[in-house]
Amino acid sequence: MESIKNIISVKINGIDVSIEKGTTILEAARKINVRIPTLCHHEDLCVAGNCRVCVVEVEGAKNLTASCAAPCEQNMVIKTNTPKVRSARKDLIALLVSEHNTQCTTCYRSTNCELQALASEYNVDNNTYLSVLKPGIQVDRSSWSIEKDDSKCVRCQRCVRTCAELQHVNAITVAHKGKDMKISTFMDLPMNEVVCVNCGQCIIHCPTGALTERRYFDDIWEAIGDEKKHVVINTAPSVRVAIGEMLGYAPGAHVTGKMVAALKKIGFDSVLDTNYTADLTIVEEGTELLGRLKSKIKDEDDSVALPMITSCSPGWVKFIEHMYPEHLAHLSTCKSPQQMFGALAKTYYAEKIGVKPENIVSVAAMPCAAKKFEANRPEMKSSGYQDIDAGLTTREIGHMIKQAGIDFSEISDSDFDSIMGDSTGAAIIFGATGGVMEAALRTAYELITGRDVPFDRLNIEPVRGLEGIKHAAVKLENCLEAYSFLEGVELRVAVAHGLKNARVIMDQIKDGTSPYHFIEIMACPGGCIGGGGQPIPTNDKVRMERIKAIYEDDADCKLRKSHENPEIKQIYDEFLKDGPLGHKSHKLLHTHYTKRNRY
Amino acid sequence: MTKTDMMVKELVDKYGSKRESLLPILQGVYDLEHFVSDEAMVSIARNLDLSSADVYGKSTFYSFLDTIPRGKFVIRVCKTIVCDMHDKNQIVDTLENILKIKVGETTLNRKFSLLYTNCLGWCHKGPAMLINDDVYTDLTPETIREIITDYKNRE
Repeated sequence: MESIKNIISVKINGIDVSIEKGTTILEAARKINVRIPTLCHHEDLCVAGNCRVCVVEVEGAKNLTASCAAPCEQNMVIKTNTPKVRSARKDLIALLVSEHNTQCTTCYRSTNCELQALASEYNVDNNTYLSVLKPGIQVDRSSWSIEKDDSKCVRCQRCVRTCAELQHVNAITVAHKGKDMKISTFMDLPMNEVVCVNCGQCIIHCPTGALTERRYFDDIWEAIGDEKKHVVINTAPSVRVAIGEMLGYAPGAHVTGKMVAALKKIGFDSVLDTNYTADLTIVEEGTELLGRLKSKIKDEDDSVALPMITSCSPGWVKFIEHMYPEHLAHLSTCKSPQQMFGALAKTYYAEKIGVKPENIVSVAAMPCAAKKFEANRPEMKSSGYQDIDAGLTTREIGHMIKQAGIDFSEISDSDFDSIMGDSTGAAIIFGATGGVMEAALRTAYELITGRDVPFDRLNIEPVRGLEGIKHAAVKLENCLEAYSFLEGVELRVAVAHGLKNARVIMDQIKDGTSPYHFIEIMACPGGCIGGGGQPIPTNDKVRMERIKAIYEDDADCKLRKSHENPEIKQIYDEFLKDGPLGHKSHKLLHTHYTKRNRY
Repeated sequence: MTKTDMMVKELVDKYGSKRESLLPILQGVYDLEHFVSDEAMVSIARNLDLSSADVYGKSTFYSFLDTIPRGKFVIRVCKTIVCDMHDKNQIVDTLENILKIKVGETTLNRKFSLLYTNCLGWCHKGPAMLINDDVYTDLTPETIREIITDYKNRE
């Protein structure tokens, strides 16, 4: 009976709705497909109720009610579209516009801006209120990754809630009050001087153009136009399942072939696959993990840091550098696939195709804002040049395809070029939370036991899905002779995504209570498919679609284990001759980390 | 341990290190230093396990906290409508003349800062102002001169 007591009914625009107690008016309206406009509201975040664009009329209430913040009550009669509601919304939007830098024609977010859409929908007259935009607001372009333009800020605080709730970073805050209120860093310092980890989650939660990624595609157009330059691009797995959204496709559309064809049309001399170095990461990282396990278990060397944690996500890497600098030894020394790619592009690849490394411009198409910072880390020059010249987001690639005048729906599929273009299903799943772990287990288990990992069709379901922290354990039995020290060991792994979950994992390590051997951490909720460089909007529904596409791609692959990638075998035969973690691989594919300030 | 760290430590010992201790600690710092310095904010953040941006946000929100160094005596003239009707402008002009600073500024000897404040609740006795925690009402240019002379002679 308890459950019935918790069901209440309300009337929205004359339609009866039964909902659970505690449901907000906005949620109840969505249930019956009544659209209420919102601005400060975001599915990923807590309720703020500060923009009041979502006001509705509730019978008997003195004032209009913000539907995102008000829970339904029994027998409420709600009207969402009365003249009073419409006029209030129009006024609210007009007031927001009066404070806004309305240079929409030159805004990067134009046609993908929530304020612009609302103003247009409500036919707001720009002259209703005088513009009170503060003069002289400077755009903060100090960060490699994130551009902050306060003149376009509507002060909805979605970015602040993102940084606090999803990421536990709190690099940005609400400072001052009333008309002076602004989104600020500590002491209003430039973004590159604060604890910002560059994850870019604030960008994909920003309704306007106030927070955007630093754009570098104009430089790339220059390079493409320069005949002396050989421009290569490597595309991350998450880009191919999301780029369609920039070009009119539904989330999760399979457009890999079209994307490759479009990039070739744009003029990239070679379109290669980050998945190739994802496979390489698995071989290197797997070897590193087995080495650490051997030192700890067989040699009883307590100086070895376990659990080992993945290092593919540059947002996560900067987070641990700031927040847990004393635990950097837990990070794998492997570079991320992007940086491995960069280091090889200007050495191995350059040698193979006979182009001087200084004439190679190496571009990465990434779902990520932090990759821009990573590419510019001073230590990422192991080829003797800057390994990656520019990291572009999925959004930037979408823009480039549009700028090139390519009809994406008409273009026919093309394949990745060769030399660093081959990959396996294990690499594709790097894009989804749990993917690196799954790929690593497929390879490590087989290295240890000589058999397939004991999950149906290699699908390690326990590490898949959107749960914040996932665990799995695999018992190692009948090990090969080289790994007899692992006989009977239960390999315990964990997967976390979103930095708030990373903090839980790290606090366990700090307290010495972490039960795991190996942990995958991705900075962004959902993993890379939910990255800060992905198309906007990104929410759980969109994340699930992208993840679905990733696993479908994996299932379609003939090769689904990284170590079976023929080009990987080739590079160890021809170039990295002393094998994984050997001298050359150490120089090119591994890195070190920097302790940073937390406050 | 720096002087700032020791000051913050004492306040943390007194008020605790939970999030709800933040405001009393900030007020404590303000009482001692007449502003909350960036070093103090970082020290508080460290002690309370908050981000320094978070502490900065709170410090800038409240009118009676400040992140800019102020003089020993902070004068806050009520700018709200009733004091305005009682010729607050004349009061401000007089203060600016005597102190040789504009509203928002601090004298070179760091003795006085001149600021506006919202309603002090002394509308019936306007114009009104605060000097640190003391209220002065029914102000005229003459009383202002006397009050400021008195403060100038204080250490």
